[in-house]
Amino acid sequence: MQQEQKTPVEPAVVKGNDGVVIEINGLCKSFGKHNDVLKGVDIIVNKGENLVILGKSGSGKSITIKCLVRLVTADRGEIKVFGTDITSLDYKQLNAIRVRIGFLFQNAALYDSMTVRENLAFPLKRHSKNLSAEQEEAAIVEALESVGLAEAIDKMPSELSGGMRKRIGLARTLILKPEIILYDEPTTGLDTITSREISELILSIQKKNKTTSIIITHDMACAKLTGDRLVILKDGVIEAEGSYDELEKNDDEWVRSFFI
Amino acid sequence: MVVSLKNIFNDAGSVTLFTIRFFKEVFKPPYEFKEFLRQCYIIGYKSLPLVGITGFIMGLVLTLQSRPTLAEFGAESWLPGMVALSLIREIAPVITGLICAGKISSGIGAELGSMKVTEQIDAMEVSGINPYKYLVITRILAATLMVPLLVVFADGVGVLGGYAGVNINSDISLFNYFSKVLESLDFVDIIPATIKTFFFGFFIGMIGCYKGYTAANGTESVGKAANSAVVAASLTIFVIDMLAVQLTDLFF
Repeated sequence: MQQEQKTPVEPAVVKGNDGVVIEINGLCKSFGKHNDVLKGVDIIVNKGENLVILGKSGSGKSITIKCLVRLVTADRGEIKVFGTDITSLDYKQLNAIRVRIGFLFQNAALYDSMTVRENLAFPLKRHSKNLSAEQEEAAIVEALESVGLAEAIDKMPSELSGGMRKRIGLARTLILKPEIILYDEPTTGLDTITSREISELILSIQKKNKTTSIIITHDMACAKLTGDRLVILKDGVIEAEGSYDELEKNDDEWVRSFFI
Repeated sequence: MVVSLKNIFNDAGSVTLFTIRFFKEVFKPPYEFKEFLRQCYIIGYKSLPLVGITGFIMGLVLTLQSRPTLAEFGAESWLPGMVALSLIREIAPVITGLICAGKISSGIGAELGSMKVTEQIDAMEVSGINPYKYLVITRILAATLMVPLLVVFADGVGVLGGYAGVNINSDISLFNYFSKVLESLDFVDIIPATIKTFFFGFFIGMIGCYKGYTAANGTESVGKAANSAVVAASLTIFVIDMLAVQLTDLFF
């Protein structure tokens, strides 16, 4: 059956912001010959904005943000972060950009063999070499306090609940004071109350640190609370884009089905 | 058939690139010295009991099994020298290598495999830390250094096991026993046998790291990584041993 060709939605730019921080043009990625996951994604994210990406499982949401930090290499397209096309950078230049981006993984990806303190100290020691032991400890405590888990400092990841792991993962992300934070399904696997707490935390971090964020989620409550703008991915392209209220009233039944 | 051949060539290419990357990055800073020491402790110190017990039993059993044949020829006095020579030249390096393949290579494969599956390696990558340097280089270097030390330890304990074996059926003093052992040994027996164990260690570390680091996503792949690491490392030990024996014959 011939699939209907859809015109990709033009990326919208929210007025009144300080400028574009992330610009993705024509991003394509396929795995194998017949598995085209992304077929020309265009996304623009402005400074200080929270962009939520929605879509069915397997629609390429996580691949999109992994391409942003080159965990996955794009087949085609341009990915500009802070005005630099990251697809053409060498390893050293890429790492200089990566340090300015935080990434919260779906399962937090805490280092199992390290305590919470060591998890936070690990990136800090490698990127802030002139810090004294006291300054390092203060930075760790500050990051933990910002997620409300200062008491977990000496615990092992195996002793933490799912919600706590996410918070610690976020603290580890925050310790390098990133300008952009990418959240890969931050509330997946959590109960409603903890999900709301994580969503509120995302919002408070954006307000406090003036970070720019991309949030991948299936949780509509999280999308409503945190998203300044939402985009919906379908079949490897952006199907719809707008605010939560706009998309909720969209003419397309498929788009509206996300909000039921 | 064509697909499996293609997979073999793909694997060979990936292992080669992985090894080339090791030699490219091993001399470049930053050096993860603390992690290297931690790995030396895990790979070396924590394997001591297993290697020690196995070494002692190897020496003891070899002595007990060889005694009847030597006794037939009235050559029981050769027992200490023969046991020491067999242990140091061949048995201790190969058996210790195989034990390390089972313990170290599978351990590294499973550890890195689970880190890969749970995105811990990706987390290092995105925070601007080179996971290859931190995880792979430290483990390969530690295995390369620790396996020869474990083999030397197994040699010593094995010879002591031989002393226990000799004393079950006869009475010989420790001084006398070691005099006979040292009389029968030459540097040519020790040096090539020790040099090959550095290669054992290198490949045990390399194969474990490769299998774990390239594990596909999914928990099933962790088990597969550990299992295939043991199989590949054990096979590699035999191949290296065969080459080392041929080269030793040529040059010594």
